[in-house]
Parts: sequence; structure tokens; C-alpha cells
Amino acid sequence: MNEKIIVLENIVRIYKIGEVEVQALRGISYSIERSEFLAIMGPSGSGKTTLMSILGLLDRPTSGRYFLEGEDVSSLSKDQMAAIRNKKIGFVFQNFNLLSRTTALENVELPLLYSNINSKESKERALAALVKVGLKGWEYHRTNQLSGGQMQRVAIARALVNEPSIILADEPTGNLDSKNGAEIMDIFTRLNREQKITLVMVTHDPVIASYARRRLYLKDGQIIREEINGKADSQASVQGG
Amino acid sequence: MKIFRILQISIRALSRNKMRSFLTILGIIIGVAAVIAMVSVGEGAKKGIQERFAAMGTNLLFVQPGSRQFRGVQTGAGGYVTLKPEDAIAIEQYCDAVAAVSPSISTRAQVVYANKNWNTQIQGTGEKFPQVRKWNVAEGTYFDETHVAAAAKVCVLGSLVKQNLFEDEDPIGKTIRINKIPFKVIGVLESKGEQGGFFNRDDMIAAPYTTVMKRLRGVDYISSIDVEAISADMTNEAQRQIEELMRERHRIAPGADDDFQVRNMTDVAESAAQSSQIMTILLGSIAGISLIVGGIGIMNIMLVSVTERIREIGIRLAVGAREKDILLQFLIEAIVLSVGGGLIGIIIGIGVSRLMKYVPTFEGISTVVTPGSILLAFLFSASVGIFFGYYPARKASRLDPIEALRYE
Repeated sequence: MNEKIIVLENIVRIYKIGEVEVQALRGISYSIERSEFLAIMGPSGSGKTTLMSILGLLDRPTSGRYFLEGEDVSSLSKDQMAAIRNKKIGFVFQNFNLLSRTTALENVELPLLYSNINSKESKERALAALVKVGLKGWEYHRTNQLSGGQMQRVAIARALVNEPSIILADEPTGNLDSKNGAEIMDIFTRLNREQKITLVMVTHDPVIASYARRRLYLKDGQIIREEINGKADSQASVQGG
Repeated sequence: MKIFRILQISIRALSRNKMRSFLTILGIIIGVAAVIAMVSVGEGAKKGIQERFAAMGTNLLFVQPGSRQFRGVQTGAGGYVTLKPEDAIAIEQYCDAVAAVSPSISTRAQVVYANKNWNTQIQGTGEKFPQVRKWNVAEGTYFDETHVAAAAKVCVLGSLVKQNLFEDEDPIGKTIRINKIPFKVIGVLESKGEQGGFFNRDDMIAAPYTTVMKRLRGVDYISSIDVEAISADMTNEAQRQIEELMRERHRIAPGADDDFQVRNMTDVAESAAQSSQIMTILLGSIAGISLIVGGIGIMNIMLVSVTERIREIGIRLAVGAREKDILLQFLIEAIVLSVGGGLIGIIIGIGVSRLMKYVPTFEGISTVVTPGSILLAFLFSASVGIFFGYYPARKASRLDPIEALRYE
């Protein structure tokens, strides 16, 4: 049995919009193993982005507990959350979220800026990360000189550079054409197989989701179904609360 | 995260918007330059005053009317007319530490010669004025005892007055009209040259004090007595003798307040320097207001910049920047702007104060840039940056990462 890198226990997230309370997550219990490649699927409003924010420590659950590598991270301070985001989590976004008019190298170095790493080592690690995503030779190009596929690869290099426990990707191919999308998915698959990096990806595209080994389906803030390697599976252990 | 790296980030961010950064710091540049230039004018005036008094000599004393109580009401210094010409004569006669005296009373008057006229100060003096004030005539002669005794209508021109009324003409022996009374010009004083500050000592006419009292002012008192001690070492002794004599002459009971005061040159120079200090502060504060306006400019631009870069802040927060890191980044940007503007402003301020004397309007104003004013302007501009940069920086650091990342 593999080590469980993430354990969620009855995660509830309620947003208050004025007087109205919106239950974005209604009790999610789930666990993710190390070196897993998981896709979270569901229609819009199903709570998948909220779940992603909580997994990425950008948001805190209203109730429930979240263990990351055995540590309870469900009620940390903002600064503690920032430190964990910096060291253990890499983000890849649909719209790339790179710093504009900044070189690829500087973008990749960004997470290292906020950890105690000297500039020499930081540059070495950023260069190595860019090689891993196949951008050797593009280090000093500014982001506005890169294609969409290249920008997303810079974003992946940035997610990799601090050797995180887990990479979270939110619709990583959403802004790309199918050819570039496939290339990005190849990089993810390779990173997952060869470097044993844990990947959690949110998507609504079944083709993209099929790259993942496990697929989790959300609806109305609850887990409704899980698939492993294409087979439908609805074990009791997976059942949301 | 090291300060140096943040500094790098800030400078890079600012250089992406060069024009805007320049316009932002322009306010600070102008503010700092104005502070330095204005304070240098004030300091120049102060230095000029000090030099002028130093040139008058250290063995000079002034006797002035003092504060006096009248039925329980205390008047201010100089608020009562207690000095009489006889006091001056007595001081010269009985105080052996005194070399010479010159009674003094002045008025302003319109002076006319031919088709020219000029408004200037008429300085009533004794015949020993050139000796007491170390100020000799350049042409002609000074008036003598007989002129004083007779309240003669003679006068000696300051060089500026001579220039204005006579230009190249020889004034000696000519008649000018002071308040319509004809005065014969018998001499011209040597020029004291351009002095610092806003006073020109050459803009005056000297006449016998008796003439000024009787013919121009119609009073029987004098406003002060200039006294020359026999040497610089004897000024304290002269002061003591004068005080003793004056108390006796004015019948002041032991323990009662004097109705006069004797001041030496050092006192006078100090109080004059003090009044020019007030001017320096005044000029400096007016210029300082422009620095504050410049600071508001920085705050405005920083607020715009924070709004524009919400996405960037979101990205930084997502990859692990703490609140403190974001706060510091934007605060340092504001400080780089204000300190950069401050340094450029210092250079321009020094340049302006050096070049000021070449501008016709400011001719004769000497300027002194002191290290103190540079330091003050620099520290002030830096604190303007911190003060006006803090609010936008805090606003940036408090952003919610999720909302910041979604911001379009």
C-alpha cells in the first residue's frame, strides 16, 4: 500500500454571499497516494475549483480536516500556508499566470525567491527545470514572446522548481489547442511516470482526464463517482459524507 | 527573502514604466530641490548678516531704550522713548572705557534730485559715525561738530543713493530735497558692497542726528546710541560704566529695572541671525509643502500600480510569498521612487542655488547650501516615501490570493 500524501476528512466549504450561504463543498472525504495522477471532473459549480483551492492551501475549509504528508494543515495561519505553498505545492493554471514582460527564467525562479536559496543555486535549479519541460534555449525570452504551449511549459517548470510534494493543475490545457494540449499532457505523464511526481488536475475535458490513472467526479459539492483506469468504481471507502 | 533581491524586483518593476516613474518622482525632485534652494537663500542671508556685523568690529556697543514699567504696565524693549542726546554726550564725557559715541535716529523719506526721486532711509548720526562704525567717506567729507550743533541741512549719501540720484554726475555741493527740505550733499560714503540677505547698506543717507530729530521727525529723543569702546577687550568694562552712568542719570533705584539696555555686537549679531533663521524655516516649510504634494503623487501612483498588478500579487502569493514579502516589495518601490527623486532633487537644488546669482532678479542674494539642509531634504523625502507608500503596500499585501489570481 502506497503512502497517503493527502487525506481529506469531511471537508465542508461554505461561502457567504451577503445573507445567502452557498455550500460549495458538502463533506468531502478522500485520500490521494504519493505518485498518483488524479483528475477531478465535474460540471461548473460542482465545487472542483473550490476543492483545488483548499488542496493548494489558497483557501481554508469551513470545517473538516486536511492532512498533507501527515500534517494537519486545515487551520494554519496565512504565513504558514504561504510557506507550505512555497515548499510543497506547485500550481499550473489555465491562464498560465506568468509575470508579464519577464523572462522565462525569472518566472521559474519566482518560488525560490521566497525560500532561503541563494541566487546562484536558484538560477541553476530554474535552468534545470526549464530543461525538464523542453525549453532549453528559451530561458531569456520574455513571456510575451512565447507561444501558449511554451508559456504553460514555463508554468510547469515554475511548479517543479522547488521540488514540491504535489502539483495542482487547474484546466492546464483549457487555453491551448489540441496539439499543444497533448504536448502538455505528455509532459505531465512523463513527470508522473519518471519522476514520480504526484499530480492532481481539474478538468472538464474527458480526453484530457483520460491521461490520469484515477478520475474523481464531483457534483453539487459531493463525490459521486470514482474511476480507476477507465473502470467505473464506486467503493464505499470513496463515498463522500 | 533578501532586501537586495527585493530591491532588484522593485527597480525592474519601476523601469517597466519609465515615463510614469519619472513623472511620479518629478514631484519629489521639485520638492527637494525647492527645499534646498530656499534654505540656501535663508542660510546665505544669515551668513551675510553675520559677516556684516563682524565687519563692524567687536568693540561696538549699542545703547537702546529698554523696557519700562508705567503704572504697572510693562512696555516691550524699545517701547519707550528714554534716550536723550544728553545721555550720549554724558557717556562720551564720563566713561573712560569709551572712545567715541554717535547718537542714532532714523526715518524714511522721499528724496528728490532734479527729475529723479528715491525712497530711502535717512540715518541721523553723530559726527563720529565714520569712526564708530568703521565706515569712511569715499568722496567729499563727513559732517562735523558744528554741523551737528547747528542742525545743519547737510547730508552724506550712501553709494546706492548716489548712483540712483546722480549716476555719473558729481554730487558734492549739489542740493537734494528730503521731504521737500533742501539738503546740501557734502560727501559720499564708501560702498560696503553687495551684502548677503535682502538689505543693502548702501541704500541710505546720513545726516546730523540733530537735523533728523528737529527737521525731519520733530522729536526730542534719539532711538539709540552707538558706542565705540577703546578696545575689544574693554567692551565689558565700557558696558558696565555705561550702565552705571545711565542708572544714575535716569535715577533708577537700586533693584529697579533699567529703562535702557546696552548690547554688544555679539548679542546683536545673534539676534539678527535668529531672525534670518526664522526666514530660513519659513522658506524651507513652504518648499516642504511641495514635498508633501509630491508624496501624495507617489501614493496615487502606487495605488494605481497595486490595482494594475493584482494578478502579479496573486501569482506571488500562490508561489509562497508571505504578506510581509509583498508589503516590503511595494514599500521599497515607493522608497526607491522617493529616495531616487530625493537624490536628483539634491543635485538640482544645489545647481539652482549656485546659479541663482546669475538671474537678474536675485542679484545680490548669496546662497549657502549646508550639509544639514541636504540631510534634512533627503531624510524628509525618504520618510515621505515610507509614509505615503505604506498604505498602498499594505493594501497589496492583504489581498486574497484566490481573488487576486482571478482578477481580470
